[in-house]
Amino acid sequence: MISRKVLVGSLVCLGVIAVAIWARAGSGKIHYLPYYLPCPEIFSMKLQYTEEKLIQLFPQLFYQQPRVLVPKYTRFVRRFLESAEQHFMQGYQVNYYIFTDSPGSIVPARLQRGRRLLALPVPSFSSWQEISMRRMETISRHLARLRPAELHYLFCLDIDMVFHNPWGPETLGDMVAAIHPGYFTVPREQFPYERRSSSAAFIPEGEGDFYYGGAVFGGLVSKVYEFTKTCHMTILADKANGIMAAWQEESHLNRHFLTHKPSKLLSPEYIWDDRKPKPPEIRLVRFSTVEKNYKEIRN
Amino acid sequence: RQDVLVLTPWLAPIVWEGTFSRDILNAQYLQKNLVTGVVTFAVEKYWFFIEGFMTSANKYFLAGHQVNFYLFTDSPEKVSHLQMAPEKQLFVIPVQNGSSWQDISRCRMRMVSSHIQRQFQHQVDYLYSMDINVQLLAHVGVEIIDDLVATISSWQVTPQQDSKTHGTHPELQGDFHYTASFYGGSVAEMYKLTTACFGGLGEDRQNGIKAQGYHERHLNKYLLQHKPTRLLSPEYYWDTEL
Repeated sequence: MISRKVLVGSLVCLGVIAVAIWARAGSGKIHYLPYYLPCPEIFSMKLQYTEEKLIQLFPQLFYQQPRVLVPKYTRFVRRFLESAEQHFMQGYQVNYYIFTDSPGSIVPARLQRGRRLLALPVPSFSSWQEISMRRMETISRHLARLRPAELHYLFCLDIDMVFHNPWGPETLGDMVAAIHPGYFTVPREQFPYERRSSSAAFIPEGEGDFYYGGAVFGGLVSKVYEFTKTCHMTILADKANGIMAAWQEESHLNRHFLTHKPSKLLSPEYIWDDRKPKPPEIRLVRFSTVEKNYKEIRN
Repeated sequence: RQDVLVLTPWLAPIVWEGTFSRDILNAQYLQKNLVTGVVTFAVEKYWFFIEGFMTSANKYFLAGHQVNFYLFTDSPEKVSHLQMAPEKQLFVIPVQNGSSWQDISRCRMRMVSSHIQRQFQHQVDYLYSMDINVQLLAHVGVEIIDDLVATISSWQVTPQQDSKTHGTHPELQGDFHYTASFYGGSVAEMYKLTTACFGGLGEDRQNGIKAQGYHERHLNKYLLQHKPTRLLSPEYYWDTEL
């Protein structure tokens, strides 16, 4: 139970911040209201570890739909789910959380035992970049509402991708990131980090271990919560300064993983791009993008 | 390192010199403000090793990090003159010496287990058990910190023709043979390990089984079923008899 004082305190905090923002940006430009999630108490409790074989996992997926008549990403959902049912964490309890601005258009697919699908509504946004960046906010808000006993691990995956081969418990870890398929053979000077120092996602030359892909990340629920919350804050900081990072939330993700290193990395087998020719190092493509027309989707 | 195995089939790293950067690890660990504990026993004639062990451990074990040394000994008067480094603390725990080898070993597991429950879990995050008759020759740092850590026995690395008197030659079943001279992990995992081993040793005693190296045998049996999350190469405990 959140004590009265904390609640009042955080409301006052919110009020003060809101006033400050309104005062500053009152010229008719877009207002961004940073919120403060007053409930990290959930995660200060020690998570109990049960030693059962079944681990609850929740791949959270982003289903983006720009405001047009024809839902563009619906077709991806079916293919994603079918392939996930075949390859993703066989034998484990899995919940799929699909964030979408049209929950009605998600056709309930037939799932194996121990698996559930939940379609969660999110507001639609004006541009695909906005949708992409809002992922962090949505995920952290969703986790704040969740009871910790419900789930152990969480993966956040892009919906416009498909599983081709098994994805199992070798991927589980405290904080898991995947190496971007386009940058695992190049030196760090060529990583597309955000290089403008005015951005909160700035990484100077000569720094950086890997370039991680934004389409796959995961880990323990508490770690993912901290991670998405921090990324959301840095994205908001950039917005307040009128700057958008080079690769949106992927830049912020890379910045965060530089200072808080992931406990486990997945090779590009787990985040492949089918448009690229397969080099000999990649023995098994497990998860890759679906052929799509970018112009058509991103209007 | 291309010449040795650096990852187990269950994705636990095997720590060898050359596979890690201590600077990067230190930067990550200093953020967390961890306290590590070391449990060691010096009973009967083994009090002789205390000074050598403590001097080398003071210098080389997790230098720059907070460490609590818990020394179980039946001759506490012999440890008073030791000087400790600023982040290191020494706790002397007096014990009665047991009657036989089995008793000592079994009592150790029981003592560590009960001390974890009563005291250590509130004082440290990670706990390691080390034999007193060792000296550290080089830095041992935060690369050893993980939930359940075991050291690969040096007996496995060099094949030997004749069996030594050190103990019954361990049957090399399972993944690796771990030495009982240096192992550890989080307090929760160490509690589970010591409690399980104590139970196993109790059974053996009831059945009248006595053999040297049984402490190690029970440890290995436990680690076969509860795979360590990190392995240390034999660099971390080398038996000079080899």
